[in-house]
Amino acid sequence: MSRTIPARRGRPAAAPLPQPKNSLALRLKRISRAWQLYVLLAPAIIYIVVFKYWPMYGVQIAFKNYNPVDGFTDSPWVGLTHFIRFMNSYQFGQVVGNTLWIAVLGLLVAFPIPIILALLVNQLQSERFKKFTQTVLYSPAFISTVVVVGIMFVVLSPRSGLVNNAIQLGGGEPIFFMGSAEWFRPIYVISDVWQNAGFSMIVYLAALAAIDPALHDAAKVDGASKLQRIRHIDLPGIMPVVTILFILAIGNLLNVGFEKALLMQTPLNLSTSEIIQTYVYHAGLQQAQFSYSAAIGLFNSLLNLALLLVFNTIARRANQATLW
Amino acid sequence: MSLTTNPRTLNHPNRASSPGRPKQTLRDRYGDRAFNIAATTVLLLSILAVVYPLYFIVIASISDPNAVYEGKVWLFPSGVTTEGYERIFADSRIWNGLGNTVIYTVLGTAISVSTILCGAYALSRKDMPGRKILMLLFVITMFFDGGLITKYLVVRDLGMLDTVWAVVLPGAVGVWNLIIARSFFEHTIPNELREAAQMDGATDFKFFFQMVLPLSKPLIMLMIMVHVVAQWNSFFDALIFLNDDSKYPLQLVLRNILIQSDVSSTGTTGGDIESYAAAQRIAELTKYAMIVVSSLPLMIALPFMQKHFTKGAMIGAVK
Repeated sequence: MSRTIPARRGRPAAAPLPQPKNSLALRLKRISRAWQLYVLLAPAIIYIVVFKYWPMYGVQIAFKNYNPVDGFTDSPWVGLTHFIRFMNSYQFGQVVGNTLWIAVLGLLVAFPIPIILALLVNQLQSERFKKFTQTVLYSPAFISTVVVVGIMFVVLSPRSGLVNNAIQLGGGEPIFFMGSAEWFRPIYVISDVWQNAGFSMIVYLAALAAIDPALHDAAKVDGASKLQRIRHIDLPGIMPVVTILFILAIGNLLNVGFEKALLMQTPLNLSTSEIIQTYVYHAGLQQAQFSYSAAIGLFNSLLNLALLLVFNTIARRANQATLW
Repeated sequence: MSLTTNPRTLNHPNRASSPGRPKQTLRDRYGDRAFNIAATTVLLLSILAVVYPLYFIVIASISDPNAVYEGKVWLFPSGVTTEGYERIFADSRIWNGLGNTVIYTVLGTAISVSTILCGAYALSRKDMPGRKILMLLFVITMFFDGGLITKYLVVRDLGMLDTVWAVVLPGAVGVWNLIIARSFFEHTIPNELREAAQMDGATDFKFFFQMVLPLSKPLIMLMIMVHVVAQWNSFFDALIFLNDDSKYPLQLVLRNILIQSDVSSTGTTGGDIESYAAAQRIAELTKYAMIVVSSLPLMIALPFMQKHFTKGAMIGAVK
């Protein structure tokens, strides 16, 4: 440090010569001085190299015929064979269609509900009722996916389930919900809202709490009704958070909920419940077609990335907050 | 409920005409009142929609399975029995799974939380050379992913299949949690504190372990809870990486019983339809009880955890 100060003072502009060597030495010195920080970071770095970048390196098997002896690097190249096989397979249209259906339906229904709930909860005057509502609505987020799907199976059971008992009480015929293709999507989305809406609401409530109360007071003085204040103060106030969460949701569009779809699958609803990722699981891990299913997985990631880029651009055009 | 506690509508009925609020007309006040009623109704219905299925499962788990089967159980348990619970407690798979889950949860949480805290602190230090590039290394993994198959092959090549490590390591560090922890350190540990400690000769290790960690209790609590809940509830890594069912965590055992309807231990006695149907009903009863038992620990801990999770949402939102 002390060496650089006189150098800067003495030769303000015309000293390019000793600078590179000096700054390299300086940088090495700064790095070696911070060695303990690198030690702290090392486990996390090792983790992402082994469990994130190594698999990423392995994605090349999508263009190869993977065999365990040759490993990722030495397996023979086959080009786009696996992609072409997937696109020509009879499942292609169905599997991609099912994935997009669930993703878009989930987004359209499950994304706005937490915002609406947060706006309503935020308007409650009783602090105790507010707290109570919050706690109750977000408690299902702590129930595991396995148990939530287990609840579906018992509550929707055609023989003894709560819902079918109610239907029969009303004079209707029992419905085999978990075994019918047309019920898979509604059940999937409704259970998603049931489990996660309350938890997602918390972020919006935090954003609402950050809005300057003076804005509300001023609007009240001007005679704005609650609905008007929600529309003109609350909504614009949380819009940046909404936009960012929306883009993040798009980014994860084709990834989330895969475990639940897998758990909800029965042989009878496969025609709507088989999505890209469950197909990868079945073809790859259960039938050991590693290269073929890695290609499908890569197809899924690329589709996802494309969606993310498109929506981020739209958000930028609309002059909203963006991810980058 | 919110109506009765609203001082504006009850205690000051004439406030609308007071000079301070010139434009607040009577109609607007009724508009607000209608809004309050509508909002409260919507929220009460939402609460009912969340609570009733859970409540039903609790009462069904202690009711006579025949009454549940015939649709006689709606608001109160009928013909109280504890047979479902007795069967669970006699089922060795459940106990074994529970034991495995406890091991995986403790070990996994310890590994995840310590790796994240150490790494996030290093990344929060603006004077660490290469910080931006290193951070980018993490952020990239949020957008690109090797996918399920290559992850499986890597774990297999590491020889971790059918071991504890396959359950606790592959998902150990979530980048999102790392970012939350990093921004917590950036916002709560003042630079001056570190400079003062360095003047006194404290190394980075010493400063981190003796000053930063004791100042970061809310973050540590949050991280522990996030990972306990996630590990407790996870089943997928165990599903793909474990073959040996004596190593199955509770969630995987539950999946096999609740969803795959694996009734082997509930015993299908005899061949006649009558006893088969009875066994089926007992199996259903056991399922209700199983849902209650497996969700109870986290539900009991919920009020205690809520405060920390709300705070976590704030940290995340600030970022």
